[in-house]
Amino acid sequence: MSADDGPVDVPAIETVSGTGIPVRGNDIDTDQIIPARFLKVLTFEGLGEFAFFDQRYETAGPDGAGEALAGTESGGAGGQVAENPTDHPFNDERFRDANVLVVNANFGCGSSREHAPQALQRWGIDAIVGESFAEIFAGNCLALGIPTITADSEEIEALQDHVDENPETEISVDVGDETVCYDDHEIDAAVDSAQRQSLVAGEWDTTALLGANPDEVAATAESLPYTEQ
Amino acid sequence: MSEGTLYDAVWDRHRVRRLPSGQDQLFVGLHLIHEVTSPQAFGMLRERGLDVAYPERTHATADHIVPTDGQERPYDDEAAESMMRELEQNVEAVGLTFDHPETGNQGIVHVVGPEQGLTQPGMTIVCGDSHTATHGAFGALAFGIGTSQIRDVLATGTVAMEKQAVRRIEVTGELGEGVTAKDLILTIIGELGTDGGVGYVYEYGGSAVEALSMPGRMTVCNMSIEGGARAGYVNPDETTYEWLAGTDAFADSPEKFAERKKYWESIRSRDDATYDDVVTIDGSAIEPTVTWGTTPGQTVGISEPVPHPDDLPPEDRDVAKRAQEHMGVEPGKPMAGYPVDVAFLGSCTNARLSDLRAAAKIIEGREVADGVRGLVVPGSQRVKAAAEREGLDDIFREAGFEWRGAGCSMCLGMNDDQLVGDEVCASSSNRNFVGRQGSAEGKTVLMSPEMVAAAAVTGEVTDVRELEAAPEVAR
Repeated sequence: MSADDGPVDVPAIETVSGTGIPVRGNDIDTDQIIPARFLKVLTFEGLGEFAFFDQRYETAGPDGAGEALAGTESGGAGGQVAENPTDHPFNDERFRDANVLVVNANFGCGSSREHAPQALQRWGIDAIVGESFAEIFAGNCLALGIPTITADSEEIEALQDHVDENPETEISVDVGDETVCYDDHEIDAAVDSAQRQSLVAGEWDTTALLGANPDEVAATAESLPYTEQ
Repeated sequence: MSEGTLYDAVWDRHRVRRLPSGQDQLFVGLHLIHEVTSPQAFGMLRERGLDVAYPERTHATADHIVPTDGQERPYDDEAAESMMRELEQNVEAVGLTFDHPETGNQGIVHVVGPEQGLTQPGMTIVCGDSHTATHGAFGALAFGIGTSQIRDVLATGTVAMEKQAVRRIEVTGELGEGVTAKDLILTIIGELGTDGGVGYVYEYGGSAVEALSMPGRMTVCNMSIEGGARAGYVNPDETTYEWLAGTDAFADSPEKFAERKKYWESIRSRDDATYDDVVTIDGSAIEPTVTWGTTPGQTVGISEPVPHPDDLPPEDRDVAKRAQEHMGVEPGKPMAGYPVDVAFLGSCTNARLSDLRAAAKIIEGREVADGVRGLVVPGSQRVKAAAEREGLDDIFREAGFEWRGAGCSMCLGMNDDQLVGDEVCASSSNRNFVGRQGSAEGKTVLMSPEMVAAAAVTGEVTDVRELEAAPEVAR
C-alpha cells in the first residue's frame, strides 16, 4: 500500500467462525508464544511459522549464535534447529486450518511484544477465547482486529475438550452478542466493552481516529505545565 | 472508581477527549523508543504517508540487541546490525534525539529516561516495552504499549486507553537488613499473583516504600507488569525531587525546577483519595526472596520451603508442577543451596549505580565460585562510567566477573549473552519464563543484586545475610 491508497481498510468484526485449536495452560507468556530471538526483524512478515516455536520442538534453538535471521528482513526458517516435534497443538495437522484459539488463564502475560499476536494472526488465528488475558496482549490483539473473548474456566475447559475430540467442530464467536457457540451449546462469554465497540464499529485501527483532532491535541499539550521549553 | 489519586489527576490533565469506544484519547508527554519494537511502526507510518507529530517529545535509545562485549560496527550479528541501522535511519529522517552509543548516553531505555531527567512526575510516558512502568517511580503515569500503538503515538502524540482501577499497595513497617526493593516486589507478586493486577494501576505507598531510594522505587514499579498491572507508581516526594534536581533537565535551571515542583506537588494523591482496592503488606516480615519456578509469582522467602503444588490453589497446581519439573526443585526444601552456573547482574530492574555498589560491597575481597560465570552489565553508559570512577569495575573484575557494556543483555538473550543448555542463572532481572534467557532448557532464579552477588561467590542460592555474618568476611 502506498500513501496514495487513502485510508486504511478497517473492517467491522462482529463475528468470527471457524474451527478451534486448544492450547492449554495458565500463564502462557509472550516469550513462549514467540521467543525473543525471532524479534530481530524489521517487519512482522513470516512470523507465523515461529509461533510457539520452542514448545513445538524438543530440540529447538538458533543454529549458531545470533545468526538465526541474519540478512533477512522478514525472518525465515533458515538457521533454526527444529528437531523432534512435540505433540503441541500447533504441530497437529487436525488443527492446521483452525482460526479460533482456545486458551486458559492469563494468556499472553509478560512482554509487550506485538510480535506475539502478529505471529498468531499470521499462523491463521482470527479470534482467541480464554479464561483471561494479560492486558497489553489483549490491547495488541485489538489493534490487529483479533477479538479476545473471556468465559469461565469450566466452559473453556469443556470447549478445549470438545475441540480436542472433535476438531472439525464449527465454533462461532459473536463479538456483539458476547457469545461463543458450538454444536448445540452456547457459552455466555464476555468482551471488554471498549474492545467490543471498537471491533463492531470497525474502529480498532485507531490511528485515523486519534489523528482527527490535531488542534484539540495541541491545546491539551499546551495546557500542560511541562511542555514549554 | 478511584478519586483524588495521582492517577486520576494525571489522567484528567492528559485527556483530550472521550472516544466512541468509551476509551479516552490521552496526550503522551514522553514517548521512548528502542530498536526492537519501533521499526515496524515507522514502516507503517511510511506506508500511510504520516509524519511524526511530536518529535520533540520522542526520545530514542538502543538496548535490546546491542552487544555488551565489543561494540565495533558493523556488529558481528547481521540481524542486530540491520536493526541498529534501521533505528539510525528512522531517527535521522525525523530528527529525533537518540542516545546513540557514540554519545555516551546509551543504555536501557528505563535507565536513561530517569538518569537524564526526561522522566518527570505528572507526565504520561509510553514505550513499546512492558517495563515502562519503571518510570512510575517518579509519579508519572507510565505504561508499555504495542507496536500499533507506537504508530498511533508517533502519528498523533496520543494513545487510546481505558481508564483503570487503582489499587493502593500499602507496605507498612520497614525492610530489614539485607532486604531490598526487589524482595519487596517479588513478595507483592507472590502474594497477589501474576494476574492479580489485571485491570489495575498499582499505587505503592506506606512507610517501607517512602523509605526507598529512587532506584529502589524504580525496581518496584518496574515489575508491576509481572503482577499483571500495566502501570505502577509512587507519589513524588523529597526523595524524588532530590534525584530530579541533579539531572540534566534541572541541574542548571533552578527556576524551572521550582516552577515544575508546584505541578508535581499538585498531582500527588490526596489524603482523602479513594481507591478501588487497598492491600496491606507488612514490610518488616519480608526476607530475601527468590523465585522457585517459571513465573515471577512463584516466589519464596530464602528460609522457607518451596511449596508443594497440592498446597497451592487448584488453578496454580499444574503450572507449579511443570515449573518444578523444569527447575528440578523439590517441594519442602528451601531454595538456599540450589546450585547456579551463571550470575547475571543487569537489566532495567536492577542495573543502576546503587545496584552495582550494593553488589560490589558483597563481592569485594571474595571470588566468583569455581565453575560460575559472572556477568555485570551496567544499565547505561553513564552508569558504567560512574561505576568505573568509583573503581567498582576493578572489584568485579578482580573477583572474576566479566565487566560488560550497557544493554538488556542476558535478561532476554537477544544478543550473544545467553544461557547455554540447562544452565542455572541467578539473575537480577525480571522474568524467569522458560527460554527467557536464550536457552529453552535454561533455568532462571530471580533475586536482588545482593543475592546475585552472594550466589556468585558461593555457587549456590545463598541468604546474603548469612554470608555477611560469615567469619571469612574481613572488612
